[in-house]
Amino acid sequence: MTSARIRGLRKAYGSQLVFDGLDLDVARGERVAVLGASGCGKSTLLRCVAGLERSDGGTISTTGEVGVMFQEPRLFPWLDVERNVAFPARDDTERGRIPNVLALVGLTHAARRLPKELSGGMAQRAALARALVRDPHLLLLDEPFAALDALRRIELRTALHEILKLTRASAILVTHDVDDALAIADRVIVLAGAPAEIAFSGTVGETAGRQAILDALGVHEPAGVRAAFRASS
Amino acid sequence: MGRFIVPLVLFAAWWTATASGAIKSYQLASPRDVVREVIELAQTGLLWRDLGASIERVALGFAIALIFALVVGSLVGGSRAAERALDPTLQAIRAVPSLAWVPLILLWLGIGEAAKVTLVAIGAFFPIYVALVSGIHGVDRKLVEVGTIFGLSRSALITRVLVPATLPQLLVGARIGLTQAWLFLVAAELLAATNGLGFLLTDGQQTSRTDEILVAILLFAVCGKLSETGMRALERRLAGWTDTVPA
Repeated sequence: MTSARIRGLRKAYGSQLVFDGLDLDVARGERVAVLGASGCGKSTLLRCVAGLERSDGGTISTTGEVGVMFQEPRLFPWLDVERNVAFPARDDTERGRIPNVLALVGLTHAARRLPKELSGGMAQRAALARALVRDPHLLLLDEPFAALDALRRIELRTALHEILKLTRASAILVTHDVDDALAIADRVIVLAGAPAEIAFSGTVGETAGRQAILDALGVHEPAGVRAAFRASS
Repeated sequence: MGRFIVPLVLFAAWWTATASGAIKSYQLASPRDVVREVIELAQTGLLWRDLGASIERVALGFAIALIFALVVGSLVGGSRAAERALDPTLQAIRAVPSLAWVPLILLWLGIGEAAKVTLVAIGAFFPIYVALVSGIHGVDRKLVEVGTIFGLSRSALITRVLVPATLPQLLVGARIGLTQAWLFLVAAELLAATNGLGFLLTDGQQTSRTDEILVAILLFAVCGKLSETGMRALERRLAGWTDTVPA
């Protein structure tokens, strides 16, 4: 059973072809990290799955609710945290989930605060709570840590990892950070080329090690740095 | 405390100059004369008649302007076609100093209430219209996307995202529009009126009653300040969430 099934995705901006027949399956509960150079089409892929971009060909099917989280929190500034989280709720079941998701992201104490009164990390956690309120089968995460400082980044990454395990939601995480990918994902794919294709696909802990991913991305760490890294880890 | 110093000094200078006879009462009435005039106008009921007439014109003209600005502004802000069709013309009309319309309005509508209210409405319309259109254009596209992702219908997108996002700008426009309304009221009442605060001004001028003129000016100041304060309170209440330094 798949949470997302992409077949023959075609997408062009003007004459520039971003995808020309991309296939990707995300199994139920699977967490896939999508890496690639800037502008390779990572975010476009996510926006197509989220329905924010119209594809020019192929099919995208998802099962169940889809939750989305962006690089910026995108909270509604006129609503407090609780009302922001409540925004997508359509019925009493979903509204009943609000206290739980607030607790899950550790924002129960800040429920009455306005977005302008939140730190960057808190705002991003509120956005995560909002994405969770419909109990999504699939979470689409577009560089959700990119705007955070190093400590907040680790904090949110850990929280997200726990929450994904707890909710058993599938996820597509778009990131440019190998460590984020390794911390969250079961499988890592690397997009490359124009039109972009899956240049690498591997399971974390098996074929998708840090070095293999960096190689697929075409990143070459100087030998001295590599040795130092090995020694420290 | 500091903000009272200049008014107090001015008041003292006014008091001394008029009491010592350095300035004659036909040039500038003394504070005592002004207070006496206020009491007299209040006792004869003329104060309430003029004040009431002016407030009524401002309220009516402002309400009409608000309705028109909401309708036209939403159209222009929400539809490219409407913007292309309407905005250039409206911008051209806006470029005309609005008082230039006075002779035409008087010819069309006579010197009755309709002409005055229309003039007030013209004055109040443009600030509200301009603020609303720029407010709609300035709505964060990323927030609209969030609404789209959650599958909001077009009407829900408008009521739950666009309206609240536009409200702060609209309220600023309404505040400026209300100030304009008072400005245009003076123009309307100076030209042709048998009551109202503007009438008090012309009457005072024709009868060389500087106390009457000063009473009218004071009342304008009070009314203007009260409407401004009221609108700012409304902004704080309805748009206190904005993360900007208050203007």
